[in-house]
Amino acid sequence: MNSNLKNTQLAGWLFALPGTALIFLFIVLPFLFAIGLSLTNQRLISPNPTEFVGLDNYQRLLSVSIVTLSPTTDAQGQILRDDNGQPEYPRLRSITRNKATPEYKGMREWFRWHSGDQAKVVIARDVVFMKALTNTLLFVLFVAPIQAGLALGLALLVNQKLAGINVFRTIYFMPVVVSIVVVSLLWRFIYDGNNGLLNSVLSSLTWGWFTPVDWLGKSETALGSIMAMSVWQGVGFHMVIWLSGLQTISPTYYEAGDIEGASRWQAFRYITWPGLRHTAVLVLIVITMQAFALFAQIDVMTAGGPRDSTQTLVFQAVERGYGKQDISGGSTISVVLFVIVLCISILQRYLTRERT
Amino acid sequence: MREFSPSAQLMLGMRYLVLVLIAVIFIFPLLFMAMSSLKPNLQLLTDTESMRAFLPVGELSFDNYEAAFSRAPILTFVFNSLFVTATTVILTLLVCSLTAFSFVFLQWRGREIAFSMIIATMIVPFETIAIPLLLMVSKLPWLGAEGFELGWLNTYRVQIIPWIADGLTVFLFVQYFKGLPHEFIEASRVEGASWWQIYRRVVMPLCGPVIATAAILKFLVMYNQYLWPLIVVQQETYRPVMVGLQYFFQYNTVWGEVMAYLTMITLPVLAFYLFLQKAFIASIASTGVKG
Repeated sequence: MNSNLKNTQLAGWLFALPGTALIFLFIVLPFLFAIGLSLTNQRLISPNPTEFVGLDNYQRLLSVSIVTLSPTTDAQGQILRDDNGQPEYPRLRSITRNKATPEYKGMREWFRWHSGDQAKVVIARDVVFMKALTNTLLFVLFVAPIQAGLALGLALLVNQKLAGINVFRTIYFMPVVVSIVVVSLLWRFIYDGNNGLLNSVLSSLTWGWFTPVDWLGKSETALGSIMAMSVWQGVGFHMVIWLSGLQTISPTYYEAGDIEGASRWQAFRYITWPGLRHTAVLVLIVITMQAFALFAQIDVMTAGGPRDSTQTLVFQAVERGYGKQDISGGSTISVVLFVIVLCISILQRYLTRERT
Repeated sequence: MREFSPSAQLMLGMRYLVLVLIAVIFIFPLLFMAMSSLKPNLQLLTDTESMRAFLPVGELSFDNYEAAFSRAPILTFVFNSLFVTATTVILTLLVCSLTAFSFVFLQWRGREIAFSMIIATMIVPFETIAIPLLLMVSKLPWLGAEGFELGWLNTYRVQIIPWIADGLTVFLFVQYFKGLPHEFIEASRVEGASWWQIYRRVVMPLCGPVIATAAILKFLVMYNQYLWPLIVVQQETYRPVMVGLQYFFQYNTVWGEVMAYLTMITLPVLAFYLFLQKAFIASIASTGVKG
């Protein structure tokens, strides 16, 4: 019996060894390495030795302040106004390069708003990172619910008992198997400003009333366009997950609902939706994770532009860590991204815990 | 005979209309790709102004395909992708099923810790470890046919080995193994079969569905690899198809050739999918059981 136990012990180790070792070596270790690198000033090629710099990298990435600019006044104390009657403000560098306020040194304007005649300027040490962070959060905030909702709609559509419904299911899922790189290139044609397919379709639907838009070339539309494309590519994946959830709901519930005279909406609200609760959690988690990893679309379609309107965390991490060979900077962004993902998955786990 | 009343027929017609309109949205970009690959560059660009973009009209030829082949070593790229994908899929199935087998059927010290570590890695996006991993693999040693060497960049192994083991695949096998009747295994154990024999002869033959699931998911990940090969492979001898795209943008981009290349690297996957679509959809659906 004892030898049998030992035998089991040894077999267990041997069987688990390859997988566990590979995961440790190629996932856990680089992850710990990323945390370590983010505390140094490591660059790929640097004349200076690598030094431990503590949380400096994080401080540089994350420091944000608000400063108030008062309008410029003339000798009489009158506010100077430009031709449109807007007050004129001193240049921001009167603060960021002022020896009296060394804490703002090197910071740049992120955005500003006006309250009365005063201008509130939000300045950040790393404006590009801040834009990447907000874009990534925006992307997740829009894509996760929209994609999950549309996927549910499609799942309900293809869950009908109609002849040939399988064909439609197959078609809706098709973009999922196509590489996101290929999809991104194709959609550059769709979004093209001159003779793009989207502009052609819109202008023919409105009899030429629609003025063509350079979807990826304008900072107002670029991120939204990438969101739409990402939903197009990914929605089939989550449709299938919803579908598997729908098929676990017993048809007897619907029969009972029919007898009670439930409307279609009531059937959805009181039978389908409660039955999909677990699936909903899963779909949201998966979409959120995928959305945070947004990279290939940006790399192929906009490279972060125009005017940093499509910068994302992963794109910045790769551009710095690989493109600019600033290993520690890239790693710091990666760790920030991981912390966000971790917080969200803990939050999701908390919100969906089994209530006992 | 309610179905045949005019209003019911109208409803049915409406349902199909909605289904078809949505299908159009999913199909047209892919149709555009395939049609454009047959058109000369100038016509391709003017056709996007009308429905002609989706139709096989005008001057059609395979010239773009010929030009694409002379521009880039496409066969090399395709071979690399297929080789890397196939090797990884096979090794993944072997390694991850062994690990999962050990977690489910064997008792050993440290099992819980190892399992929690593997499950925790599922929430680490690959993108967050790409840079430190790049740094690591550039210094890893290797004992190959030419003796001892340092650094894994520009090889097949750098595209294969880091991807073999992953939390999701282990998890899928663990879930599946838990559903198998344990009496089988105990019976074989009593008969004196070794754990390896049980794995080989008893458990794995029952694993068709989960093997299909894991293989398909891994296939999609591996064939569509982009970021990782982009940063670890600089020599065209080892480049996979997605990175090979760069050749079409280095100088004077000819969109017809780009479309021909995209069609060539996408059609095999689409064909594979259409051929096995039930298995594909079932495999994605089964990842949904983890909730």
